[in-house]
Amino acid sequence: MPVRDYLRERFFPQIWCAGCGHGQIMGGIVRAIEELGLEKNRVVVVSGIGCSSRMPGYLDFHTLHTLHGRALAFATGVKMGRPELTVIVPMGDGDAAAIGGNHLIHTARRNINLTAIVMNNSIYGMTGGQSSPTTPVHAKSTTAPWGSIDPAFDLVNLVKGAGGSFVARTTTYHTKEMQQIIVKAIRHEGFSFVEVLSQCPTYFGRKNEGGTATEMMKRFTETTTTMGSLRKKEQPALLERGIFVDEQRAEYASTYCEFVKQAREQR
Amino acid sequence: MKKQGGGVSKFIQGNEAVVEGALYAGVSFYAGYPITPSTEIAELMTERLPQHGGKCIQMEDELASMCAIIGAALTGSKAMTATSGPGFSLMQEAIGFAVMAEIPCVVVNVQRSGPSTGLPTKVAQSDVMQARWGTHGDHAIIALTASNLQDVFRITIEAFNMAETYRTPVVLLLDEVVGHMREKLTLPPRSECEVIDRLITNVPAGIDYHPYLAREDGRLPMSDFGGVHRYNVTGLMHDMWGFPSSDPTVTYNLMHHLVDKIENRSFEIARYREFFTEDAKVLLISYGSSARSALQVVENRRDRGNKMGLLELNTLWPFPEDVVRRLSAGKDHVVVVEMNMGQMYQEVKKAVPNPERVYLANRIDGVFISHYDIEKVLNVIQGKGV
Repeated sequence: MPVRDYLRERFFPQIWCAGCGHGQIMGGIVRAIEELGLEKNRVVVVSGIGCSSRMPGYLDFHTLHTLHGRALAFATGVKMGRPELTVIVPMGDGDAAAIGGNHLIHTARRNINLTAIVMNNSIYGMTGGQSSPTTPVHAKSTTAPWGSIDPAFDLVNLVKGAGGSFVARTTTYHTKEMQQIIVKAIRHEGFSFVEVLSQCPTYFGRKNEGGTATEMMKRFTETTTTMGSLRKKEQPALLERGIFVDEQRAEYASTYCEFVKQAREQR
Repeated sequence: MKKQGGGVSKFIQGNEAVVEGALYAGVSFYAGYPITPSTEIAELMTERLPQHGGKCIQMEDELASMCAIIGAALTGSKAMTATSGPGFSLMQEAIGFAVMAEIPCVVVNVQRSGPSTGLPTKVAQSDVMQARWGTHGDHAIIALTASNLQDVFRITIEAFNMAETYRTPVVLLLDEVVGHMREKLTLPPRSECEVIDRLITNVPAGIDYHPYLAREDGRLPMSDFGGVHRYNVTGLMHDMWGFPSSDPTVTYNLMHHLVDKIENRSFEIARYREFFTEDAKVLLISYGSSARSALQVVENRRDRGNKMGLLELNTLWPFPEDVVRRLSAGKDHVVVVEMNMGQMYQEVKKAVPNPERVYLANRIDGVFISHYDIEKVLNVIQGKGV
């Protein structure tokens, strides 16, 4: 099926700024779904609030645009209600790691079969460029006009620590890699977490002399490297890309379904 | 367990009666977080619901619980959560989402005393206004209550029925005394109580389905997630496809639809009981556990030839204004009996033609209001001293 058949084109043009990375990530998700050959009626996309969270409206699946930070909690209800559906949860960095941080770690702990894709552009874009939990120290934002003093979250380590069974990182520059990782994440039987480093030229770039969108994207090739590469050994400060955790553990919704069968027999 | 009159009788707690009512109504999903004095509902649900093929999950907090039941409701589940005041506060944002996106679900609040943590194990009825206006923005809400286990059972079924009929969250506003009180509950046979299931759209696959285009009667036939119709659900103002819109006409019409579908049907949502109201000179108005003491006062005074009656409200919101006005007409006094600082009292005063004849008999100290407390107020009103 052509990729455009997964889009609700009547609601275009989308609201994202020129050069925003979120469209690239939407492209990655749609191409991954296309590659997996998922039927449109079997896919649910659940989001919270923020620039990233406007994505579901443009996608021709069952789409649920919820509250700031709570997408994973809504998605948990959807998955428990209909475990046979594929549930994908695009989130922003503030959405996932600040207001929704508690839901993120508990969803990882439960290992329920949802795919969370965090579009990390290190800024609150929808409200005009405030600091997020992933804004780097010294970076400027409208709420850190003299540079941030808040240490930033490493989302991959956070989700690993919370027990995530599939944890990966990629960027908007590495589009093929992004698509491959999302395919594996959706296929994974359990909670899968993909951090996609994204660019916000409008706010983060402008406040931090990041240059154009393409310059910001190119910078991902300088600041990141593939997992376990020689470059990482030479430059330990580089962020690694790749799949850090991919383990099979008991999945929550299917375990519960088994439990319901037993409970019914014992009744 | 004892068989009686066609049904099974049990001697149980009010919180257990909620679970019995929910199971009878066909609940299939429960999400919750422990909180006194509602915890027994979560405990019993996790035990009983899987035996009926349903699912339960203990979430990380009340915010997540409320969100999870909305998610499950969208897949076709009859979904419910239970909590008390502090947890109810945390749920408010998502309750607003359920109002806006018109998601059927049931939220039980077994009320306890005070703002903040207050008195976790003591009784109060002080969330009446939180049930009405807890979430932000203009909206309508349905809130129901009961004073005895048979009514708790019945009103729980009604809560699910109304949630499905009006596509709205329904608040079941119980209190600590009703929740923890033990008395007999006779479970009616399967066919006795009406159970209303979801209205499902008959639009076939391939035809454009408008999830938010109301029928003439205001009802919205639903299509569950996973079905043949794919649409958007949002907490933003939205058009008939569920797609965000800031168009003033769309906004105006949606606001009216959300409020009118409930407020204009107040007469069909109103549930109440009348005790000796026909010839009463003094009318007590009460609800929840307070209504038990109010009824005791009415019965005592009737024995002494005092013409007194009781209106027990089971529907608190939308406020049954017409019922209150009609039954208060021509009374010497109207006394509102409740365990808060006058939340329903103010509503009653607004509804009746002679607000100066409306009095409040209340307790706010975590102690259950007794017939003495009500008698004291009556004595003052009737000039008999304290």
